Amino acid sequence: MVAATADREIPKLKTEVRSQEASPRELQVCLRAGDFNLWYGDRQALRSISADIYRYRATAIIGPSGCGKSTFLRTINRMNDLIPSVRTSGEISLDGQNLLAREIDVVALRRRVGMVFQQPNPFPKSIFDNVAYGLRINGLAANSGERAERVEKALRQAAIWDDVKDRLQKSALSLSGGEQQRVCIARALAVEPEVLLMDEPASALDPISTAKIEDLIFELKNLYTIVIVTHNMQQAARVSDFTAFLLQGELVECGETARIFTKPNDKRTEDYITGRFG
Amino acid sequence: MTVFFRTQMDRTLRWLTALAALSIVLILTFLIGQISYHGWATVSWTFITGVPEKGMTEGGIFPAIFGTAALVIIMTVFVTPLGVLAAIYFSEYANRRSWTYTLARQAVNNLAGVPSIVFGLFGLGFFVQFVGRNTDKIFFGGELNYGQPAILWAALTLAVLTLPVVIVSVEEALQAVPQSYRHASLALGSTKSQAVFRVVLPHALPGVLTGAILAISRAAGEVAPILFVGAAYYLPYLPTQLNHQFMELGYHIFILSTQSPDVDATKPLLYATVLVLLGLTFALNAMAVAIRARMRIAQRSV
Repeated sequence: MVAATADREIPKLKTEVRSQEASPRELQVCLRAGDFNLWYGDRQALRSISADIYRYRATAIIGPSGCGKSTFLRTINRMNDLIPSVRTSGEISLDGQNLLAREIDVVALRRRVGMVFQQPNPFPKSIFDNVAYGLRINGLAANSGERAERVEKALRQAAIWDDVKDRLQKSALSLSGGEQQRVCIARALAVEPEVLLMDEPASALDPISTAKIEDLIFELKNLYTIVIVTHNMQQAARVSDFTAFLLQGELVECGETARIFTKPNDKRTEDYITGRFG
Repeated sequence: MTVFFRTQMDRTLRWLTALAALSIVLILTFLIGQISYHGWATVSWTFITGVPEKGMTEGGIFPAIFGTAALVIIMTVFVTPLGVLAAIYFSEYANRRSWTYTLARQAVNNLAGVPSIVFGLFGLGFFVQFVGRNTDKIFFGGELNYGQPAILWAALTLAVLTLPVVIVSVEEALQAVPQSYRHASLALGSTKSQAVFRVVLPHALPGVLTGAILAISRAAGEVAPILFVGAAYYLPYLPTQLNHQFMELGYHIFILSTQSPDVDATKPLLYATVLVLLGLTFALNAMAVAIRARMRIAQRSV
């Protein structure tokens, strides 16, 4: 775990292009939390979180219910801003820019940091319009041919193109839960974010759909930085390169998944992954 | 207290409540029955499409139907956008603990409670005498065009009257849109207004429609607000411009029942006119209920 201190001055959030080449993928910090605290009103939900999240890796955040893992995730794209009672201190930076800073444009931030929710939440629109939504609101791929290309690409990345290519104009609500979730993933990918946040993306799905989503995450981490919250430890072990264990708002341990699951440093981590509590 | 007495008491109260409920049914049945019985024979195609004749003792009510329709259509054009925007503010933007929200909310509640005759006077004072006269002064060099009772001012007066109806109905529909749609949109980098206008409002469209229809059915039955602002006793022409006066069903009923030279000759016409008005407002209400029911079903399946 690396303590982060980034006091650099950042004028404005960059909105375009990845700052780094896609390969050869040496470890490189993408997101960095430094002494991050969060309160809901008077109740402190996250305590002094410091951690690095690496580019083009999948990082799993595990922990028992109520440990703050979803809260942490929603801070990364500032969705917590929607809850009036939330206060924070410390920082979380994306490419060295503190994304909690007041002058950060959250709309631009959320374009760069996509999110997939626990419950599949497609809009009551056609499959095509769901995936094209992000392009339209962000004014991307303005002509229709280009837009269709981007939609296809996103659906292919989400491994659902072959299932839906003949019914793109059908309502997304007509799909099964697992298909809906993959359309939601495609919707998030269509705007080509740098980071993809996934909040227990498979917890509402059946085992087969879950397996498909997990395979997908495994593929997608070659293209995106993925942060996935899960309470399913097998899932974390299967899909992630790094794992962070949160307990009662504290980051107990954070490191390579293989090591966390075989030789945890902290007794509490060991207790949790061996199923002794939580 | 004896057990006997308590049992009797219980039974009596039970009957009393049932009777009270039943009386509502009876009143409505009597009302509709009376009107239908006396009015049915007179309602005909010629009655609906004809004009009043012979001091309103013969003929039809077409000018009143036309005037009512024109009135509520113009009203809808004003009240729907204003009501929808206000509802969006209440539902999507307002901070519920702020004083602006409380103020606006209280204003809506109080607006709904103002007696309708007061709206009539307000319409006369504000729309006709203030807005109308100044329009004439500024655009027509003082020539009398809009500074008089007119269908435009009546429609605006009714728009103010029905604004709370639209706001409440649309707000309800907006609140029923799942929060997850808003989150999905925001998480894709939409602004709040993009989320509202591209996702939330389209989903709440049946609610907007319901609100508009409820406003229309409320307005179609109002007489007091339009007494001073444009409703006419009798007009030989149909209103074709915004500053024309107009005939209106509710007002026509008032005229038939109080101003007729021959009460017996007018009576069948009066019943028939009431029947038409009742049919119109019932139909509008039924439409609103149907749309709302369909919307509920659609949302459950989501």
